[in-house]
Amino acid sequence: MNIIVCLKQVPDTETQIKIGSDRQSIVTDDIKWVMNPYDEYGVEEALRLKEKHGGEVTVVGLGPKRVTESIRTALAMGADKGILISDGALDGSDSLAHAKAIAAAIKDLQYDLIFTGQRGVDDDLGIVGATLAEALNIPQLSLIVKVEVAEDGKSVKVQRPIEGETLVITSTLPALITAQKGLNEPRYASLPGIMKAKKKPLAEKSLADLGLNSADFGAGARKMKILELTPPPAREAGKIVPGETPQEKAAQLAKLLHDEAKVL
Amino acid sequence: MEGFQEYFGETHHMVRETVRRFVEREIRPFVDEWEEQGEFPRNLYAKAGVAGILGIGYPEAYGGSDGDIFVKIAAAEELMRCGSGGVAAGLGSLDIGIPPIIALGDDDQKSRFIPPVLRGEKISALGITEPDAGSDVANIRTRAVRKNDHYVVNGSKMFITSGVRANQLTCAVRTGGEGYGGISLLVIESDTPGYSVSKTLKKMGWWASDTAQIFFEDCRVPATNLLGNEGQGFYGIMENFQNERLQLSVMANMTARMALEESLKYARERKAFNRPLSGFQVTRHKLADMATLVEASQEFTYRVAARIGTGKTQIKEISMAKNFACMVSDRVTYDAVQIHGGFGYMREYLVERLYRDNRILSIGGGTQEIMKEIISKIIL
Repeated sequence: MNIIVCLKQVPDTETQIKIGSDRQSIVTDDIKWVMNPYDEYGVEEALRLKEKHGGEVTVVGLGPKRVTESIRTALAMGADKGILISDGALDGSDSLAHAKAIAAAIKDLQYDLIFTGQRGVDDDLGIVGATLAEALNIPQLSLIVKVEVAEDGKSVKVQRPIEGETLVITSTLPALITAQKGLNEPRYASLPGIMKAKKKPLAEKSLADLGLNSADFGAGARKMKILELTPPPAREAGKIVPGETPQEKAAQLAKLLHDEAKVL
Repeated sequence: MEGFQEYFGETHHMVRETVRRFVEREIRPFVDEWEEQGEFPRNLYAKAGVAGILGIGYPEAYGGSDGDIFVKIAAAEELMRCGSGGVAAGLGSLDIGIPPIIALGDDDQKSRFIPPVLRGEKISALGITEPDAGSDVANIRTRAVRKNDHYVVNGSKMFITSGVRANQLTCAVRTGGEGYGGISLLVIESDTPGYSVSKTLKKMGWWASDTAQIFFEDCRVPATNLLGNEGQGFYGIMENFQNERLQLSVMANMTARMALEESLKYARERKAFNRPLSGFQVTRHKLADMATLVEASQEFTYRVAARIGTGKTQIKEISMAKNFACMVSDRVTYDAVQIHGGFGYMREYLVERLYRDNRILSIGGGTQEIMKEIISKIIL
């Protein structure tokens, strides 16, 4: 079976994010860029399915040149081919435009399954998966933690956790799955894998290569506009619960949780 | 492309990331426990083998992962980030045990002795130092006498990193007369009758690594385990030193870098007289000095490594780099403990371990004094 995994490059979750002087973007100097963790679950799952059912895994990334490093990482993990959609005209595009470009890159490929992360950990929108499924006119299975492909490779059974219960869904293929934490534990790229990744094909496509019009992309074509970015409120100082004995402290804590925090 | 030479590129970043994750997942959560126990689990070798970490820099034909000298350095730096020099040294003992086999061994020896070590199934160590001969390599006494198709070995090796658990020792023995011309290298397997091992030696630092004394009593080693020809041992040992000294320079630089990072963190958080330590000029300037030294030393080591990587002999330069790196890490780990005050003396704080682990670096792989001898002989 042939699988496509979409990946995004995001700031490492340990990066200190600073808001830029335009109040609408972040300062990207000194950011360490990594593969979106949810996309990594997608890569891992695709590789496991490939190991079981055979076929090829193609990784599709979008963004500036630096995104090749994340694509190569996926190739080093075991994916077969990479595509980078890179075009200056994409700068400032929103998620809807991204999905449109990705759809154009994969519509003519042979695929049974597409994985995306359930969301990017940078802007937390979770739009690309759904928009992409819509553009390709295939079913979308979102927030998935378990994937089983039928022996005949024609259908898939997946699980999505909901409020302590599990929803089991079956779907025909091709379908798009958005990966949720818990799906698997991604392998790290082995050293021989990293060396081999250098020789695997990685194609770079511009919007023109994909038959797209650059006027439909970029900041001017945004349907979603960012008005302002603000940092999260600074954490307030903690409170030490007074009391002589553990019993007194517990009683005081219960009172505070009820009266002040209003969680009891 | 940047307008200046960068030592690390895309492949190196990826290797760094893989080793970083390996350390985070397989070492960091357990490292304090291993340090206190004085040992890390043997299966860590196999795990590192599967990830291809042990194979970095060795040919694919013998199960290696290939990679240039900066792949090796990137991996070594990230391994050091586990915070235990002992784990790094123990996992890394193959990097002194295997290179002489690469340099002097024949195909049969390479296929027998290298792949199982790179897979992490067997542990390789290097045996040069003896109770009566360390820096004075030309005077080693362990004797190997040829009898038909065997060498009968008698003697002892001291301070052998990974010595307790090693399956094979790349060992300097005397097969000929006095002096350096009589030294040969033999691979001695630990299951050879007559091979025995002391208990783990108790050390100031590197607690998680098993260091031992090894004894040979009429130990019959097949002559097919001789690396190169008789008398080639000294050359093999000297060649290997360049590589070992580079590794020790990298370890010293990382020890200093981590001590600096811990100190920066602590100076921002810790308050004295109602302001953070970083608010005192005496501390700020100390940190600035530390950062400057770390930066200069790391760059120097990289520069020498780049030349070694192109095949240039850098005997003088690597001796300088090692001494400089150790001088820096001596100073920086000392200052780091000082900045931490009483907490820096406590085992829960990383700087306490860095301070102890650092001490061996200017002794092992050639002492500071031997480095100076080498440098002065070349410049005078």
